[in-house]
Amino acid sequence: MSIEIRHLSKQFGSFAALRDINLNIHSGELLALLGPSGSGKTTLLRVIAGLETADSGQVLFNNEDATSQPIQERQVGFVFQHYALFRNMTIFENVAFGLRVRPRQNRLRVQEIHERVTNLLKLVQLDWLADRYPHQLSGGQRQRIALARALAVEPKVLLLDEPFGALDAKVRKELRTWLRRLHDEMHITSIFVTHDQEEALEVSDRVVVMNEGCIEQIGTPDEVYERPANPFVYEFLGHVNLFHGRIHQGRAWIGDVEIDAPEHAEAEDLAAVAYVRPHDIEVDRVMNGESALPAQVVHILSVGPVVKLELVQKGNQNKNLIQVEISKERFRDLQLVKGDQVFIKPRRLDLFPHQLH
Amino acid sequence: MTTITITYPSKVQRTALTQEPVWVRWGLIAIALTFLTVFLFVPLLLVFYEALKKGVDVYFAAITDPDAIAAIKLTLTASAIAVPLNLVFGIAAAWAIAKFEFRGKHILITLIDLPFSVSPVIAGLIYVLVFGLQGWLGPWLAEHDLKIIFAVPGIVLATIFVTVPFIARELIPLMQAQGTEEEEAAVALGASGWQTFWRITLPNIKWGLLYGIILCNARAMGEFGAVSVVSGHIRGSTNTLPLHVEILYNEYSYAASFAVASLLALLALITLIIKTFLEAKVAHQKGELNHEH
Amino acid sequence: MSTFKQHSVLPGFNLALGFTLLYLSLVVLIPLSAAFIRTAELNWPEFWATVTTPRVLASYRLTFGASFAAALTNAVFGLLVAWVLVRYHFPGKRVVDALIDLPFALPTAVAGIALTALYAGNGWIGRVLEPLGIKIAFTPLGVYVALTFIGLPFVVRTVQPVLEDIETELEEAAAMLGANRLQTFLRIIFPTIFPALMTGFALAFARAIGEYGSVIFIAGNMPMISEITPLLIITKLEQYDYTGATAIAVVMLVISFILLLIINLLQWWSRRRNALA
Repeated sequence: MSIEIRHLSKQFGSFAALRDINLNIHSGELLALLGPSGSGKTTLLRVIAGLETADSGQVLFNNEDATSQPIQERQVGFVFQHYALFRNMTIFENVAFGLRVRPRQNRLRVQEIHERVTNLLKLVQLDWLADRYPHQLSGGQRQRIALARALAVEPKVLLLDEPFGALDAKVRKELRTWLRRLHDEMHITSIFVTHDQEEALEVSDRVVVMNEGCIEQIGTPDEVYERPANPFVYEFLGHVNLFHGRIHQGRAWIGDVEIDAPEHAEAEDLAAVAYVRPHDIEVDRVMNGESALPAQVVHILSVGPVVKLELVQKGNQNKNLIQVEISKERFRDLQLVKGDQVFIKPRRLDLFPHQLH
Repeated sequence: MTTITITYPSKVQRTALTQEPVWVRWGLIAIALTFLTVFLFVPLLLVFYEALKKGVDVYFAAITDPDAIAAIKLTLTASAIAVPLNLVFGIAAAWAIAKFEFRGKHILITLIDLPFSVSPVIAGLIYVLVFGLQGWLGPWLAEHDLKIIFAVPGIVLATIFVTVPFIARELIPLMQAQGTEEEEAAVALGASGWQTFWRITLPNIKWGLLYGIILCNARAMGEFGAVSVVSGHIRGSTNTLPLHVEILYNEYSYAASFAVASLLALLALITLIIKTFLEAKVAHQKGELNHEH
Repeated sequence: MSTFKQHSVLPGFNLALGFTLLYLSLVVLIPLSAAFIRTAELNWPEFWATVTTPRVLASYRLTFGASFAAALTNAVFGLLVAWVLVRYHFPGKRVVDALIDLPFALPTAVAGIALTALYAGNGWIGRVLEPLGIKIAFTPLGVYVALTFIGLPFVVRTVQPVLEDIETELEEAAAMLGANRLQTFLRIIFPTIFPALMTGFALAFARAIGEYGSVIFIAGNMPMISEITPLLIITKLEQYDYTGATAIAVVMLVISFILLLIINLLQWWSRRRNALA
């Protein structure tokens, strides 16, 4: 089922949770709503589910207006952040609940309910826990039961609110891959909310980055990571180094380094900030040919296949640390030790005219 | 195969650093227990002592006296009406207050607690002002030959007034602690309002509910001041058990008075036992949620 | 846009709130308003004269004085009992803990006759005290004893949970910084439990001023000496002086409402104090 969101706005008192949100969600895709807390991502999810109503705007399911449709008729499966398992029921009864509360005329027979619940419990690999109660399960197990319960009613859309938020790091990673695999098998349109960029980038087909009630960027994980639309997305997704410089008629200067900036052809001597990912910085012992920025190594972290360097720019008032990632091989070639002088040059960067913060 | 279980103390053991010397400890315990003995335990013990002092025959004669039986019946009737009504009220109030956000919620909670801060005597008085002969509805009631004050309905009304808050104030914090996610999940899975209430909410609050009922019932059966004002003290007709205790006492039938009082003291003890048992259950119901977070 | 109620998918709000308000209005609010409306029939000088006769004033003095003394006693001993129950172990502690609530559960009339029999000249305790010249039953002291009994659980039950929540680390830190036990209690523990103690005191006081059942047996009920205000209301009712009874009731109600307000503020203070800790 496809979902279309048109001009959605929502206020909580004087706080604008959603401001004129427009979004198309394709049938069968796995979409991540990513943003810091208070960005409106959970509110958007709850409006799509029908748990909240928007002040204005529309939600369309398969091109049909569902804005005023009650939650029971929307055929959505919702997985709550804290799972909301029914504590007085066994795991089996939890999963069976949605089937048992149907009106008598379209309720399944007892045998069919039993079959479907057993199949779902097998799908989430927890059929051996059917007779336990929620408080006897671990966090990761509860999460999977919450998912099985939502799937039992065969929803057209699956909505997950911070699905891995309450779990420890190792279980998070396992469940992440598991959810991705499950989605690939079932192809049910799914939206999940997260504040963890790694989670969003690793699991989803597309990422919607939100901030202060607005959508900052929509794109595939590659697009939002490699080509962030603005400084917010840059800073929110992964580590980034900031260099202050100027842009003028399609050229940019950072210290002595001059760079082509064709997208800023119209700029007339503007202050600008260059955003550079740690792995997009070249490090050399000597200045070879063109100009480069002098810097000094202050810290080396050489555990793992990627070596992380922390540098300070020389002759610059700005004492911010510059983070650089180079391969272990390159690190061996350079034979760097703490205190060494180096020259750095951005391999790839994005320039944004300076904004006063 | 052997399993090794490691148990951690739930609280850090107190060391000499944070513990008083032994003589201080036992001194404080002794003072506290003396105070409780004089003010609590001895009066309780005395009720049973005085009740049985004149022998078991006198005791049973007192509690099987027709007036005593009538008083027991009236007390049971009054609480059998008051408790269910306050139960429905308590559930409705707790549902509105704990599961929804609306303006004026705090004022409503204060209003529910109001009967606790009104003197029982005044509780009786205000019903006299409404239903009594000189009251608002008095003339109309007299015209239609209906009697509320100095009759059973007045006793029931006064009992309801003094027990209004019991169940509501037990349920509100419990249901607030449990939040609304389980109910929202049920609705999202297609459950109707009643299905959600009966299958999700009610099982989650059953112990708290029972706790409230027990306390409400104890107060309903034991209320004295409010009932005294509206009763008219007609023996065998508008006398509840506590009022019967008073009448016997004022007639200097001490043994009989204490015999009837011992029934009420027994009720109090049973209430305390059930209450202690339920407290652990209620804490468990409240705590499970914290465990899940 | 400001709305009365936030949106929720859960049903039944209108029914539940509607029933709650209707029930509260019929059972509590409308009857209570009757007292105020009835009193409004009096003009101010008449009202003032009714509620300030010497006999009424004497009853206020006794009611508030004895309630204050009883609440104070309970503040001291309630704190001690709560401390002993939370901090120390002794045989029978669970039973003692459960019996603290006895005054809540025991009908006031039963408490009244039991205390009277106990403190009367021939009673178990009266027999000991009377030769020493201390008369309790049928004197204002008796009122104080009864009010101490019924107010006993309030301080214990408000202080107990706060005391349980104080972390051992806090006291260990104080001890390691050189404080002795008394200093730790006065500077660390007492300030933490003080709001709860005040709340318990106010609750016990509020309960005591309205109390009737446990007092009338032991008080002796002599006008000007051992007659409490609630009894005076009943006396006036029995003399068919409805207006007089209601006027005094209104004074009591206003004082109760003010106390209720104070208690709410104290509880808010207590919660805030604990949330910050």
